[in-house]
Amino acid sequence: MIEARSLSKRFHDKKRGEICAVENVSFTCRPGSIYGLLGANGAGKTTTLRMLATILEPSDGTALVFGHDIVEHPEKVRSSVGFLSTATALYPRLTAEEMVEYFGRLNGLDEATLKKRIDDIFDRLDMNSFRDRRCDKLSTGMKQKTSIARTLVHDPPVMIFDEPTLGLDIMAARTIVAFIRECRQAGKTVILSTHVMSEVEKLCDVIGVIHNGSLLAEGTPTRLREEYQEKDLEEIFVKIVTAHVAPHAGVEVS
Amino acid sequence: MSARNIGIVYRKELLEALRDRRTLISTILVPILLFPILTVGVGFVIADLIEKADREPARIMILGGTDSPAIVSSLAKSKNLIVVSGPANYVDLISNKKIRAAVEIPPGLQSGAGTDFAPVKIYMYSGDLKSTTAAKRIEDFFNDYRDNLARDRLTVQKLPASFLKPFVIKQQNVVSAEKVAGETVGGIITYLVIIMCLTGAMYPAMDLTAGEKERATMETILSSPISRTHLVLGKFLLVLTASLVTAALSVTSMGVSSWVIQHFQDQSSGSTMHIKIGLGAVLAVFLVALPLAVMFSAALLTIALFAKSYKEAQSYISPLMIVVVVPAIAAMLPGIELTPRLSLVPILNVSLLCKDLIAGNYHWNSIALIFLSTCLYGGAAIFIAVKMFHRESVLFRS
Repeated sequence: MIEARSLSKRFHDKKRGEICAVENVSFTCRPGSIYGLLGANGAGKTTTLRMLATILEPSDGTALVFGHDIVEHPEKVRSSVGFLSTATALYPRLTAEEMVEYFGRLNGLDEATLKKRIDDIFDRLDMNSFRDRRCDKLSTGMKQKTSIARTLVHDPPVMIFDEPTLGLDIMAARTIVAFIRECRQAGKTVILSTHVMSEVEKLCDVIGVIHNGSLLAEGTPTRLREEYQEKDLEEIFVKIVTAHVAPHAGVEVS
Repeated sequence: MSARNIGIVYRKELLEALRDRRTLISTILVPILLFPILTVGVGFVIADLIEKADREPARIMILGGTDSPAIVSSLAKSKNLIVVSGPANYVDLISNKKIRAAVEIPPGLQSGAGTDFAPVKIYMYSGDLKSTTAAKRIEDFFNDYRDNLARDRLTVQKLPASFLKPFVIKQQNVVSAEKVAGETVGGIITYLVIIMCLTGAMYPAMDLTAGEKERATMETILSSPISRTHLVLGKFLLVLTASLVTAALSVTSMGVSSWVIQHFQDQSSGSTMHIKIGLGAVLAVFLVALPLAVMFSAALLTIALFAKSYKEAQSYISPLMIVVVVPAIAAMLPGIELTPRLSLVPILNVSLLCKDLIAGNYHWNSIALIFLSTCLYGGAAIFIAVKMFHRESVLFRS
């Protein structure tokens, strides 16, 4: 379970002054379902997910991840989370196995448990053929599998995916999509950020639309379709964002 | 504090460092090869050049000397000197290296009718090896001529040869070989240890911070449960290891190179160098340099962490070299001695103390003051490095 409570994040920029990247965002993600954080580039998706993964500290508000407060117990939160994004690369000079081992040890697994976990994951993801190959010699698909293995090694109950298919080819993206589905089937709490509508259609049980750092709308795809009288999720997204932008624009004009 | 987590990070960073060609070159290969190349290699090349210049006949010009034909004739017959005649624009000829030197013989030199103490002037190209060699040959010739003339005059006056040299002067070293080593090579060894502690830490420090950002692995590691304090301490220990290994290999390599040179010199000249550096002194130098290496490693980690890329980190760190080199060199200057005030100046204090240690002078008060103050600076540097690893504006600088 993830419960975000009035999460806000402000950055200071020398030229632009204080920037509010995320403002008062609250939502709940339940085990066994996928929550999709939908937004354009710069909407605040990555910042929100980084706060949930405790890579960034919130300026205001907090969140409970698997019952742990992200401000009070960030290390316990990280032990409960598997975080995957295009910005979480692999160590090029480690082999696929060493990479997964390293993160298993950092997650406190003992050597016997670690070995068993790695054997299981490598069998399941069909990774044994490149087990001893250095990460800088792996293909994109192999790298994705190794990243998945890295996030799974400690069997976290919560998975956070930040635009996980960005820049990947079709085959690599399919591997990731299949993995996200497996996480849901395994009863994990899953949150993912994306701006790819087809991914949202395929995967998400609940959608949160985020724009300019604020959560504008939230609901199941069915509920959102009913509420906005549109079948196409892209049209719904545009309607939500436009409705938010127009009043603000009006205020500025008047 | 979890030593287990720090150990996990350290072992992983060590494994990666041992697989990185650039780290191996900067930490192991350069310190091993630098000194043999600089000392033995360059030494042999210089010796070869000097030997060649010694063997090669030098073209010289004689100015004047028309009333000293015997001297001119004798000079012309000297080994490895070729007297050329021609226009008297000897300055241009020497400048253009057409001739190597010119000698001006004063009037009446041979007959002794000239002005007393009129100089025999030798014109040369200062700094040019072949010109210096030619000038030396001319000088040797005239020294011999003068000595023979003096001996003949003493014989005529029936005076002994000791008339002109009633006594000889001899210098005698009375201090131990360790003290001689401290004064002669102590400064260089100290400089070497300090600079190598810095250069050894440079590449790993950049690789483990800016390199991680560049390769997008920083976010990967930050998403793991390890605390940032443990993470930075694990990284710091690896940088410190690289720093100390580089310094140790440099000193070992320098020791071996010096032994080789000394061995060859002893064989060729039969002389013995009265320099001795004890293993205890070397270990003491390393012990004192340890907190300095701690300070360098933590400072480099902190500075490099600000950079977004390896290249940017290089531009931040390069000026640090000057900050370190200046006090390290200052300790080698004659007249700078360890005082209580200088004992608190970072780098300079260690540099001066190490020189003393190599010379076998153990002033325990200074040792304690310098060791503790450097430990304090090192501790402060680690503290700052840990603080920086907790700052989002540094880790995610865009």
